[in-house]
Amino acid sequence: MAKCYIGVDIGSISTKGVIIDEDKNIIASEYLWTEGDPINAVKKVIKSLKDTLDSKMIVPEICGIGTTGSARYLIGSILGATIIKNEITAHAIGTLSKYPDTRTILEIGGQDSKLIIIKNGIVVDYAMNTLCAAGTGAFLSSQAKRLGVDIEDLGKVANLSKNPTKIAARCTVFAESDLVHKAQIGHSKEDIIAGICRAVVQNYLNNLAKGKKLEDKIIFQGGVSKNIGVVKAFKDELNKEIYVDENSHLMGALGIAIISKNINKNGNVIDFNFDIQDIKFKTIGRQCNGCSNNCEIVSIYKEEKLIDTMGARCEKGYGIKQIS
Amino acid sequence: MAKKKYIISFPHLGNYYVPIYNLLNNTVDKNLCEIMIPKKMTLRTLEVGSKASPEHICSPFKYNMGNFIESLENGANVLIQAGGGCKYGYYAEVQKQILEDMGYNFTYIQLFSSQKLDINYIYNSFKMFNPKLTIIKLAYNFLLAFKILFILDKFEEYIRENMVYQINNIDFLKLHKDFLNELMEVKDINKLNILKKVYFKKMYNVKLVSQDIRDKYIKIGIVGELFSSMEPFSSMFIEKKLAEMNVKTKRYTTVTYLLFKKGFSQKKLLEESKNYINYQFGADGTESIAHSLELINMGYDGIIHIKPFGCTPEINAMPILQKISNDYNIPIMYITFDSQMSEEGFKTRLEAFYDMIKMNKEKKHLA
Repeated sequence: MAKCYIGVDIGSISTKGVIIDEDKNIIASEYLWTEGDPINAVKKVIKSLKDTLDSKMIVPEICGIGTTGSARYLIGSILGATIIKNEITAHAIGTLSKYPDTRTILEIGGQDSKLIIIKNGIVVDYAMNTLCAAGTGAFLSSQAKRLGVDIEDLGKVANLSKNPTKIAARCTVFAESDLVHKAQIGHSKEDIIAGICRAVVQNYLNNLAKGKKLEDKIIFQGGVSKNIGVVKAFKDELNKEIYVDENSHLMGALGIAIISKNINKNGNVIDFNFDIQDIKFKTIGRQCNGCSNNCEIVSIYKEEKLIDTMGARCEKGYGIKQIS
Repeated sequence: MAKKKYIISFPHLGNYYVPIYNLLNNTVDKNLCEIMIPKKMTLRTLEVGSKASPEHICSPFKYNMGNFIESLENGANVLIQAGGGCKYGYYAEVQKQILEDMGYNFTYIQLFSSQKLDINYIYNSFKMFNPKLTIIKLAYNFLLAFKILFILDKFEEYIRENMVYQINNIDFLKLHKDFLNELMEVKDINKLNILKKVYFKKMYNVKLVSQDIRDKYIKIGIVGELFSSMEPFSSMFIEKKLAEMNVKTKRYTTVTYLLFKKGFSQKKLLEESKNYINYQFGADGTESIAHSLELINMGYDGIIHIKPFGCTPEINAMPILQKISNDYNIPIMYITFDSQMSEEGFKTRLEAFYDMIKMNKEKKHLA
């Protein structure tokens, strides 16, 4: 029997899960697409984590479950999480566990991007994109589709370019028009793709890094960190070394698993069932008509039994209980 | 046939409907007028307000419009507005025009703006609602309303600062509600003084946790634009949300401050922030800088700077705040409230800000 902690990071595009041991080592991990169905994605992640443990002949004793990412409350409620935390904290903790001397974390995910500034092992400042998703993974994937390049090859193609095209990238939609224009006047595909990577970086720096000093050591993570074209653009733009961990996409999940370990100081074993695959969960969204706020409420049912309700602004909308 | 009644309404700003209602209630002739407190702010208020407003106007305009439209829908035919030293100065005229273009019939009164205070105009406006009104009576009623305003601000400030310390969660809430109801109906200054004594005594008697426990709470100061500071709906109840996280908050901006203290304190504020600014830059920008420095001196753990989308004076304050943040090593978070904002993203940022400060504090404690 081994004491284990589970961390799940459910993002807009991808769902990540890890299991760590007492020494914070990742002993199982999974990464797959959320595909707009977080519950199903988490079921698959949990199953895959269990299969990995089985193949390693590890019999787990679960002592903590943490959830983070945009679906953290929904999934936290379904898994019976011991801790639910925002992704900024989770990313910082996860990264610091591997790189204690980190000063700057660049994070670009599917639909949001973050910048976390660390001093002496503590988050001292952060920024998160607001109002606009330009400079995120969503922009890259839509442009990759338009150019007929597989998103996973985007970085490789970009790095072939010697002369990246300049693209006006303040707004995703206008960037697209500019991109079409550049293609029509004869810029090569490599140059345009390298230009897109650069645009993402410039956009990120303009949106988040204004007035902030980015000091070494700089860690780049989130799904987009897998794109070597963007990594290179960051290096060129900042003129600094950029570190990308092989598990850079798992840092949020790792962080939340560590937090769940930290809050369980006595190492008490909790009740957790890996067979979540067979449990039927249902969510029902409805509008509360208690007042003209018309809150959109989501109720979660486990085997037809209401386990949680979220999204209401006042007591009127809650069925039985709320977690927050 | 009886003459058509005036139905008077005005925009919401926090709980300031109380002194406004009191003033109108004591001044107007009830046979001629009715007073309509606008509907409580909901998402619908913002929705109808935004629809009728220019997209890029600062969001208080949209909230005001929402209040006006909801009141007009309920039969109001007199609207009252004030004005201030930024775009707020243009609100009255633009709103009047838009509402008229929408086909509403109403009388529109801009009581005062920061540029002019025309007592004669105010007196004549009120005469319309009560022909027998003397200027002395009006002056007395204004005095009463202002006194209510001071008392209300003082009362709410104490509650804001101590809400998080109360042992029994609903004590302040109940007291607050009862007090507001009484304040609305009070008719003379003597009665008001008695009322104040009773309620302030009750307020000071609410059981709070001991001082050494209080010292452990995280303290966050809130600075920034006035509307988002004072109208909790427009700032997604930021103070309440922080209190639920066990954070003590402080803010300076109240109507008492804006009307009566602001004018006298400009020199002092500039002096306090002379390392950063040499002159005032409109609306409450100077305050955001000076008050942040005060909060830092008082040992606050972090500062949140709030503004509605499109607020120019506060945008000017931000780079200076960034410098202060670097110089003093204090975290400052900037939040822009917009009619299109998602509450989830806001919660995430607030939570992360709290976690960051908490971890900082624990680390300092260990060192």
